[in-house]
Amino acid sequence: MKIAVLIKRVPDTELRFSIGGDGKSLDQAGLKYDMSDFDGYAAEVALRLKEAAGAGEVVVIGLGPDGVPEILRKALSMGADRAVHLTAAEVPVDGMSVATALAADLVGQGYDLILFGRQATDTGHGTVGAMTAARLGLPCVTAISQLNISGGTGTARRELEGATETVSFPLPAVLTIDEGIARARIPSLKGIMAAKKKPIETRPAQLGPVRLTVKSLELPPERSGGRIVGEGPDAVPELVRLLREEAKAL
Amino acid sequence: MATMFAFAESRNGALRKGALEAVTAARQAADATGGGEVHALVAGAPGIETVAETLGRHGADLVLVVAHEGFGRYNPEAVAATVAARISAGGYRAAFFAASAEGRDLAPRVAGALGVAMAADLTGFEIGADTVTVRHPVYTGKVVATLELTGTPAVLSLRPGAVPAAETPRTLKVEAMAPVGDPTASRVVTTDLSPRGAAKLDLGEARIIVAGGRGLKAAEHFSLVEDLAGAFGQAAVGATRAVTDDGWRDPADQIGQTGRIVSPDLYVAVGISGAIQHLAGMRTSRVIVAINRDKDAPIFKIADYGIVGDLFEVVPRLTEAVRQAQGQ
Repeated sequence: MKIAVLIKRVPDTELRFSIGGDGKSLDQAGLKYDMSDFDGYAAEVALRLKEAAGAGEVVVIGLGPDGVPEILRKALSMGADRAVHLTAAEVPVDGMSVATALAADLVGQGYDLILFGRQATDTGHGTVGAMTAARLGLPCVTAISQLNISGGTGTARRELEGATETVSFPLPAVLTIDEGIARARIPSLKGIMAAKKKPIETRPAQLGPVRLTVKSLELPPERSGGRIVGEGPDAVPELVRLLREEAKAL
Repeated sequence: MATMFAFAESRNGALRKGALEAVTAARQAADATGGGEVHALVAGAPGIETVAETLGRHGADLVLVVAHEGFGRYNPEAVAATVAARISAGGYRAAFFAASAEGRDLAPRVAGALGVAMAADLTGFEIGADTVTVRHPVYTGKVVATLELTGTPAVLSLRPGAVPAAETPRTLKVEAMAPVGDPTASRVVTTDLSPRGAAKLDLGEARIIVAGGRGLKAAEHFSLVEDLAGAFGQAAVGATRAVTDDGWRDPADQIGQTGRIVSPDLYVAVGISGAIQHLAGMRTSRVIVAINRDKDAPIFKIADYGIVGDLFEVVPRLTEAVRQAQGQ
């Protein structure tokens, strides 16, 4: 089984953000970058499928600037076989532009599965997977929380509001991976050493036209918060009074 | 004057809340351009046409009903093909979807089929002459982006609750529309749809959410959270990732960066310290209450009201007080 995993390099969201001087990008000072959470789950799913099959190839692909190979290297140290860096000065916020580039690189490569995270933890649109599938004309199932592959078909579970869907699909297919399916493994020392020798191919990303752009970024207004009503159960009557009379939430 | 499209999501023959929100948003968008028409499309098994009147009440001028046995469960490929064909024939300025689980699946398929850009999970929008300006929380809600979309149609999905459903009745026309392609020939097939936890209120639809964290110390203590939710009435129970990871609660109950993003009227955090990932999932709630033993817990920084104390003492007392306040 040949599996592609698309990986996005994103700022670590644990950190405090400030807006850069141009008003439409993050201030880069002090930012750390990592693999988007859901993409880590996708990499884990790919590795487990390969391990279960006892054979196959996992190719990790990242699009973006110079920092991308470092993130791809992390996926290689988890156990992926090789990596592709599609170079671009920046990752457009327009998912269709990105999907155009990814589809151009994925087409005709013989992948049985093409895996994405459900959405990136930075821009959070969650559109690139389904758009790439549309461009490739492949079946697509999004936000899956469980997966079984048997022969040429797959079965996946999707969590909806208040319900669960079971979906079947033929391979090859594009899947986007939700939480709950697998946690990304921590690379072992052996894996980290092996990754240093694994190849990362580099070629320019053939991005599509960009029709969605960032006009400005703002920090949301701080919640005033921080009001301690009291300590222990004796504070309960006052809390209920405030909820009823001041917040009008009861 | 511009015509707008809205996709009306349904499940088991009934409209979802997001359908009414999408139609309401399309109505607002049409009115903002001087009062164009709103065309809503609903797909379902035969019988689905009965929902048309409700869509008309929320601002649709025309409801396109695509009734087919193959649409009894969500049929992403056939619905996307049908919606894309209608949008490309209809000359719409913008197409509105709910950013629900189904809408977030469908909208990018449609945009991909049409080859146009889209913006997802929006909290606001403004239709200009050549551009559509939208607002979208990014970096797990720590930053708000204002984005500009060029090209027509603009495909947009709206965060649940961002545009509350409102009634603006129109003179309604209803048209039957044939599906594009054969819905029974889709490659991707939904073979089962099961409700989770029978009568449980969904986190996205609850007015009040009571959520529990590690401070509860054990799975069985979640009964305290459930009792409090029960006292409030129309309340759902949520959890932190730490708790769902430990198997105390179903992963579907997880609120946070990688789980559900909720924005209820009242959010009560019980034994939750307030990790940034959790805050990303609930910080836009209207009123936040926190109960925690540690007065320095970050949750208190965003809570409107906090009680510092042992939740095992505070929560039962609160449950009792809420019951009394609700006249139970």
